[in-house]
Formats: sequence, C-alpha cells, structure tokens
Amino acid sequence: MSKDNYDHVETSMNEELSAIEKTVLSDYKYGFVSNIEADEAPKGLSEDTIRFISAKKHEPEWMLEWRLKAYRQWLRMEKDEPRWANLKYTAINYQDIIYYSAPKQKSKPKSLDEVDPELRLTFEKLGISLSEQKRLTGVAVDAVIDSVSIATSFKEQLSELGIIFCSMSEAIREHPELVKKYLSTVVPPTDNYFAALNSAVFSDGSFCFVPKGVRCPMELSTYFRINAENTGQFERTLIIAEAGSYVSYLEGCTAPMRDENQLHAAVVELIAMDNAEIKYSTVQNWYPGDKNGNGGIYNFVTKRGICQGLRSKISWTQVETGSAITWKYPSVILKGDHSVGEFYSVAVTNNHQQADTGTKMQHIGKNTKSRIVSKGISAGYSNNSYRGLVHVGRKAENARNFSQCDSLLLGDKCGAHTFPYIEVKNKSAVVEHEATTSKIGEDQIFYCNQRGIDTETAVALIVNGFAKEVMNQLPMEFAVEAQKLLAISLEGSVG
Amino acid sequence: MLNIQNLQAGIEGRQILRGINLEIKAGEVHAIMGPNGSGKSTLASVLAGKQNYEVTSGSVEFLGKNLLALSPEARAAEGLFLAFQYPVEVPGLSTTNFIKTAVNEIRKYHGREPLDAVSFLKMMKQKMALVNIDQSLLSRPLNEGFSGGEKKRNEIFQMAMLEPKLAILDETDSGLDIDAIRIVSNGVNKLRTKDNAVLVVTHYQRLLDYIVPDFVHVLYNGRIVKSGTKELALELEERGYDFIRNEADVEQEA
Ligand SMILES: Nc1ncnc2c1ncn2[C@@H]1O[C@H](COP(=O)(O)OP(=O)(O)OP(=O)(O)O)[C@@H](O)[C@H]1O
Ligand SMILES: [Mg+2]
Repeated sequence: MSKDNYDHVETSMNEELSAIEKTVLSDYKYGFVSNIEADEAPKGLSEDTIRFISAKKHEPEWMLEWRLKAYRQWLRMEKDEPRWANLKYTAINYQDIIYYSAPKQKSKPKSLDEVDPELRLTFEKLGISLSEQKRLTGVAVDAVIDSVSIATSFKEQLSELGIIFCSMSEAIREHPELVKKYLSTVVPPTDNYFAALNSAVFSDGSFCFVPKGVRCPMELSTYFRINAENTGQFERTLIIAEAGSYVSYLEGCTAPMRDENQLHAAVVELIAMDNAEIKYSTVQNWYPGDKNGNGGIYNFVTKRGICQGLRSKISWTQVETGSAITWKYPSVILKGDHSVGEFYSVAVTNNHQQADTGTKMQHIGKNTKSRIVSKGISAGYSNNSYRGLVHVGRKAENARNFSQCDSLLLGDKCGAHTFPYIEVKNKSAVVEHEATTSKIGEDQIFYCNQRGIDTETAVALIVNGFAKEVMNQLPMEFAVEAQKLLAISLEGSVG
Repeated sequence: MLNIQNLQAGIEGRQILRGINLEIKAGEVHAIMGPNGSGKSTLASVLAGKQNYEVTSGSVEFLGKNLLALSPEARAAEGLFLAFQYPVEVPGLSTTNFIKTAVNEIRKYHGREPLDAVSFLKMMKQKMALVNIDQSLLSRPLNEGFSGGEKKRNEIFQMAMLEPKLAILDETDSGLDIDAIRIVSNGVNKLRTKDNAVLVVTHYQRLLDYIVPDFVHVLYNGRIVKSGTKELALELEERGYDFIRNEADVEQEA
C-alpha cells in the first residue's frame, strides 16, 4: 500500500467514523430553554406590529415603508397560502404568534467579550463558540437568537478584505445602498405567501457581501436559535458575491422542545456575478416534535439564488433532520451563460415529521448546467416528498440537467414520494432523471450485527452510506456533526 | 468451545433443524456437508442469532456462555464469526469503514480503547497480505458490485481482521476460482491456532484438501445423520448422498 493510499484511507476513516464511535444520544439534545429575559412585541400581526419591529431596530423610513407594502400584499394573498404540498397540518393562526422577541442585553456589546454570560452559555451549550480565541475552527459566526443577531465574530479580519459580514439589521443601517440595491431582487415579496410574510416582519438574519475577486478565507456561518415561547422566527439572509469572488456559507439552527408548534419562515437570497461562486450549506435541526407528533417547528422557507453572471455557480447543500413540517425548495435561476446550479439534499423524517422539499432549476442562459442529488430517508410514521422542477427556457441552448432522487425507507409505516417536474422549451436540452427507492434490509442489519455492530450503529452506517454523496459536499468542519445528526434523528426507528 | 445439544429450530412455524448435537473443541476443524436444503445455512444463522429463526428446543454453549441468550452482536464480540454464503451489499458504506467500526465495536465490548488509525492500517496491511485482497476493493462500498469471488474473499479478510474464536464458513468455496480457493484456504490455515476452531460448510471435497477437517458431519433433513473423519468426505464425493439418505430413512422408520 502506498503512502497515498494510507492518507486516503486515514482521512476517510477519520471523517466517517468518529461520528459513529461517539456515544449515541437518545433525545433531541438541543431542547433546553435558556432563562433569558426578553423584550417582546405583543402577540399578533398588524401594521402596528410592523412599526414596532421597525422602531425597535431603528430602521430608516424606507425600510418601514417597504415592510408595510409587503404586509399589505400579504393580506391580499390570504387565498395563496400554499396547499399543494404533500403536507398535513393544522392551520396556522397568525394572530397567535409573537413576531418580535429580543434577549434583553444591557447595551449592544462592543466586543464579543461583552456578550451577556447567559447568552454566551446558551451558545456554548450548542457547541458554538463566540470567542475569537478559538480561531482553530476557522469559522466566522453570526449568532441569531429569536429575533436579533447577538454577535458576529471575525468581523475585522474579514473587513480588511472588504468582505462585509454582519447582521441584516446592521446592514440596513450601515450599508443601506447595498441592501436597497439587492434586497428582494431574487425573492420579491409577492413571490409567495410566506415570502410576503417574511418581508413584512423579518427580524434579523445575515448579510454578506464579497467584493470583486476576493476569495473568502473562512467559512461564514449563522447560527439560528429560537428560544422564547410563542414566537416565530423570520430571518432574512442576503449574500452577494461580486465578479470572481467565492464564499462558502453555512447555517445551523435549533429550538427548545415545546408542545405547541412554532413558525419559522425565512427568506434567503443569493446573487452571484460573473465567475463568482456561492456555496450555501444548511444543517437544519429545528425541534421536530415528540414521538407522537406534538409540537415542533413549522419550517416554511424560500431560498433562491441567481447566477447573474457568466460562468457563475451556486451550490445548495442541505441536511434536513429537524422540524415537524418542512416546506423548502432552494432554487437557482441560471441566467448567466455557462452558469452552474447544484442542489444536494439529505432529508430525514422520523416519527410524525413531514417534509416536502426539493429544488427548482431555471435554465435561462446558454450552456447552463444543473445537478440535483436528493436523498430522502423516512422512518416511523413520517412522510418525505421530493418535489423538483427543471425548467429549460426557449433561449437556453445546450442546457444540461442531471437529477438523482433516492429514497430509503426504514420500516413500513412511513412514506416516500417523488414529484419531479420537467419543462423543456428548447430542443437542444438534455435532461436526465433517475430515481430509486430502497429499504434498509434486515439482512443488511444482521450482517452488521454479525460483525459486532449493534443495530443503532448499523442503521447509522447504512444511512450515512446512502447519504454519502451529499454529506461529502458539506464543509469539513460540519460534516462530522451532520453525520452524528443523521444517526441521532433516526434513533429508535429500527428494531 | 461449542456444545450444541438437541438443537431444534425453524422459521414461521416450519421446523428445519430437528435435533442437532455437535461438539467442537478448541483447535479443531469440523466440516458439515449435506444436500441442498438440509439446513446447513439455517444452523449457521441460528448460531449467529438471526432474527425470525425460532429455537424451539435444545441448548448451545459457547465458551462457557449460553449462546442463545446473547444478542447477535454480543455473539460476534464473544468470538463467533460467520462468513456468509451470500454476503449483502451496503451501497455507499466503504468496506474499510465498516471493518474499522466492527473492530472497534468489538474492542469496546471488551472494554478496550478503539484502535488508532495507524495501528488499524498496520493491521489491515498485514491481513490483506494473508488473504491476498486488493486495497482498491476495500475502499469501495461494502460488497457493492463485488464479483462472487471478491465477496467471499472479503468475508475471509473480515475474519482475519476480527480474529474470531470460532469461524463458521458457509460455502466460502463456492464462487471462488481454483487459485482463490488455495489462497483463501491458506489464509484460513494461517489463522488457525490451538485456541480457535473452524466449522466449514461445503459441498465439495476439494476445499477439504486444503482445510483438512478433523471431523466431517453429514446434515440431512435437519439432523446430523453421520459423522466421521476426513475419509467420510471422500466417500461422499464418490457415492453421493443416496447411501446416507437410505440409511437415514431406514433409521427414521425404525
Ligand atoms: N427464511 C426462510 N423462510 C422459509 N424457509 C426457509 C428460510 N430459510 C431457510 N428455509 C428453508 O429451510 C431449509 C433449509 O435451508 P438452508 O438454507 O439451511 O439449507 P442449506 O443446507 O444451507 O442448503 P444449500 O446447500 O442449498 O445452501 C430449506 O428448505 C429452505 O427453503
Ligand atoms: Mg446454505
């Protein structure tokens, strides 16, 4: 065996095994509630609520107007609340939600050392260090709790390169010209019901701007946490990669265990100019509800990127394990010639979780390419649907798409569904779709058992094998965490 | 090491093993032969603890423990290894990772620390030479797209890695080419010590030229109807199972 082979084996083992070797946890481990005093809006939604939010955030007048306009549009869209997804849930009472909740901090911290110790502790418990001392991880973090951003790390180091990485509220105040120029250019408020709602009430989120020719030297990451009761979280993220730039961004999220459902309706917009590349990864681990389907987050998210420039590239990778309901279709508009869109997804549903997720690849430019790899894993009584659209426009000469949708079933009470839609308006297009459905076999588990591996670990191995192509897309720093998450989400689903 | 007493077992209400008695001592090699469907793989599955097989009577003692009370993974950790007649495929799961997990889970069972990557690789390299298996095979997904012979070789490689006390080889020779039979058998022989034992299930005398058994048993209709030394295998090769059938059926009538 050559040295190269050694290295290969070694790294692949380290990546994949340490995850499984770790003790397997038995419950949602992020379900704690932090005892943080909060500054909240009264329950319910009205123009006053929006004025309240905007005032709390010291927003300029134009932003308030923009929100109010979105709100009025949302009111007119009442009949447009989506019903087409393969999801069943009790109707959301929009007047029963608190739209703004901010942890009370004495004053805005000037440095991370000044962050309220209780808040710090919350993030430490989640395994996220806000301390810049821990540079080892090489990840810049923006931490959002309930409705506001708490702190952003590595800001100065990034700003030396001209990279802006801050909370959305700060961007509105400090970089209004950029926000005005790009906000809602990819997802207009009227795009859909939840996007309109988000536009009206969004509270915080991350803003990232990477200037021409700059390769962002570290992973950017936002960590979202819902803490307060009865609140919804409505974050808004906007990432702009100027010509020739590169950025890799990751979001993570958790929430306490609560009996009632909480709403999360985010909007994420990505813009990639000529030769720019944006890699956006999500590890979604909102509270999924209990074993009987009580509680859990309703996750209604609009994520879309536009490959505006020539040879630009946008790549979505998602590992979806949480939420009671997931409604989410990260999409790419392939406008620039030779641009590339990718969607890699692992969606796990267990117990009574339901996921309807997939992507939309819209080929507009010439020689555009897209690739879809979706891995759905269903267990318990859950329902897992892939819904995808590949659209090739009239002028999209030589467009190429490849889609692979695989489903893995654990047990026989869960469901896996695939809804691939293909619309081709240009004859030169080549669109390929492959789909498989398989079951974890008793024989596979017995084979592992016979080698000394218990069933829980065997399921984790088999599932991680199944999802490998997607997991390999995740930034190294998060791959191990995500593998553990897969194993934990499926606990108790077999045997 | 292994003591099977009057083992009766079946599946879905259908009896397959009708009273097996077998004792295997450390250092011994036993061969089980018998016509298709006589229950050889069933015996192996029951010993390994496969679900759905129901033991209706009898006992099995393995290294002083009640084997039937242990979970399949505990049986493996206690030193029971089964080289499957039909190894399953696990798409996406690298063979190396699978084996490393197995090695470390068994170490964990015995309260030992997991092997670090360097020691593991050293061990792998050594065992790879023993069964002459290719590195490239081990970085591929477990058994996925392996040829029949490659799967069997992979089974023996795993046996080498896990160093079991008792290895049950279920038709490991079928699907192997002539050279591979020799290589795999040599591997098995090199792994033999005075402290471990092998139970080979085979249809062919050929394998027993390489892995020379101390005892040969004939399984027929769920029972061991004849036991002997290696000469019995030669006799079977020559005469087929008919004479056994006749003897057994006469006995049953009586
Ligand atoms: N899971 C099962 N369900 C139903 N019948 C089974 C099952 N497993 C084994 N049998 C039956 O039990 C009998 C013994 O099968 P077994 O596989 O043990 O035979 P064998 O001696 O290994 O045969 P071969 O030489 O062909 O491998 C056969 O009649 C077989 O059909
Ligand atoms: Mg058999």
